[in-house]
Amino acid sequence: MSRNPYVREVPRTTWYMRNNRYIRYMLREVSCVFIGLYAASLTVGLVRLAQGDNEWTHYLNGISSPTGILFSLLAFGFACYHSITWFNVTPRAMRIPKGDGFVPGPAIVSAHYIIWAVVSLVFLLMMGVL
Amino acid sequence: MAKSNKPIVWGLFAAGGTVCAFVIPVMILITGVLLPLGLFGPPEASYESMTRIVSNPVVKIVLFGILFLALWHAAHRLRITVHDFGIRNDQLVARAVYGFAGLFSLIALVTLLSF
Amino acid sequence: MSQRQITFEILRYDPETETEPRFQAYCVPCEEEWVVLDALNYIKDTLDGTLNYRWSCHMAVCGSCGMMINGEPMLSCKAFIRDLPAGTIKVEPLYHFPIERDLVVVLDDFMDKLESVKPYVIPKKQRPIEDGPYKQTPKQLHQYQQYSMCINCLLCYAACPQYGLTPEFIGPAALALTHRYNLDSRDKGRRQRQEVVATHEGVWECSFVGACSEVCPKDVDPAGAIQQMKIASTADWYLEHLMPWRRS
Ligand code: SF4
Ligand code: FES
Repeated sequence: MSRNPYVREVPRTTWYMRNNRYIRYMLREVSCVFIGLYAASLTVGLVRLAQGDNEWTHYLNGISSPTGILFSLLAFGFACYHSITWFNVTPRAMRIPKGDGFVPGPAIVSAHYIIWAVVSLVFLLMMGVL
Repeated sequence: MAKSNKPIVWGLFAAGGTVCAFVIPVMILITGVLLPLGLFGPPEASYESMTRIVSNPVVKIVLFGILFLALWHAAHRLRITVHDFGIRNDQLVARAVYGFAGLFSLIALVTLLSF
Repeated sequence: MSQRQITFEILRYDPETETEPRFQAYCVPCEEEWVVLDALNYIKDTLDGTLNYRWSCHMAVCGSCGMMINGEPMLSCKAFIRDLPAGTIKVEPLYHFPIERDLVVVLDDFMDKLESVKPYVIPKKQRPIEDGPYKQTPKQLHQYQQYSMCINCLLCYAACPQYGLTPEFIGPAALALTHRYNLDSRDKGRRQRQEVVATHEGVWECSFVGACSEVCPKDVDPAGAIQQMKIASTADWYLEHLMPWRRS
């Protein structure tokens, strides 16, 4: 009997279309584009603010345009998706010892959600929104 | 096989991912939605209040920390994502994304110090 | 007892006469309580004796019957036909491995990788038998127990896109087993294993897709194990580079 193993190639640029699980993963990863662009845009906002009244108004007009708002809403969605996917896997990456075993995963995840809510409230309070 | 130097960038990626998860959604809500919707008043009024806020030394430190970590987190994840999309020029991509993150971190630092 | 006629499309490959695999359809009268492996056994016994596949225990412990069922890596002895969507059932050999023949894949790559991480207890120094057994508390056992449940079925490799794209990657099960021995109180071999774990082909090829843990039939959570090793390797790196005097 002769051997002649057959190798199935994985399509390099489209592999993630094979499976919903992979598409969800790619969505999670793509969140970085929005977080990165947001951080960059906020940095530009700081520069504009430092430059003065006029430049600030320009910046404000930019982010208030339909495109600006649309970007913010999209970025908000992706940022939340990042938060959820990040918190949900935390207990698996970091186990906290307790007794003979470990703190149960759901407890750690819930703690993260509670802190998330508190941090968000604090930010809103400090900005005088609430 | 040599040990990898990934830990330098991965450590920042992981720390940044955690910080971003807690603060980025609410920050987008404030600066990306509420601010343009005029919650902080017309441009002149928001100019006043924003300048006052970023002049606070604690805000400066926290804001720089967030921007720096968010930029590095995004840069590292983008490097991996580009690879996932089938672009295999990893060294070039790495230089570009980390360079971008470094540049914007520097701009943020200098600008914050100027207030 | 209710019987159903179900069509199975099975990927066949004969290395001696064919240059590439092809699907072959079989119509099987399936009993209500059958798993996919039962249908394969029916085909082999009554329809087509030339079909090749691996199995042994028929109870999800030996790890030899993994295959792609409707595109999802599963143990065929654990995949109840009634739980699958109605219609044709597609059966293929595990993705990401070369096909030896029909549903049988070549496992050499995994075996080499498993060997490279020294998946056995490496004690500080060998104890003579007279000294009796090594003792472990329940707490010490819990540290690694989850990661010791692996049956080497390789569903996780078939699910991992990074392994598919970069075959040099050590991969989920071998890394989960590395972690299992690193966490064992009797073991002192972590430093040796780090030579493999801390490389690009080790934990750093992983981007935490998490697919491995979702398909694992034993809840081993290889993805979690790998992230824990990334954190530990990062701590190692900072200790080695920022505090060289601590390198003992
Ligand atoms: S980790 Fe799970 S899926 Fe992977 S080989 Fe072990 S038992 Fe199978
Ligand atoms: S036959 Fe043993 S695991 Fe399926």
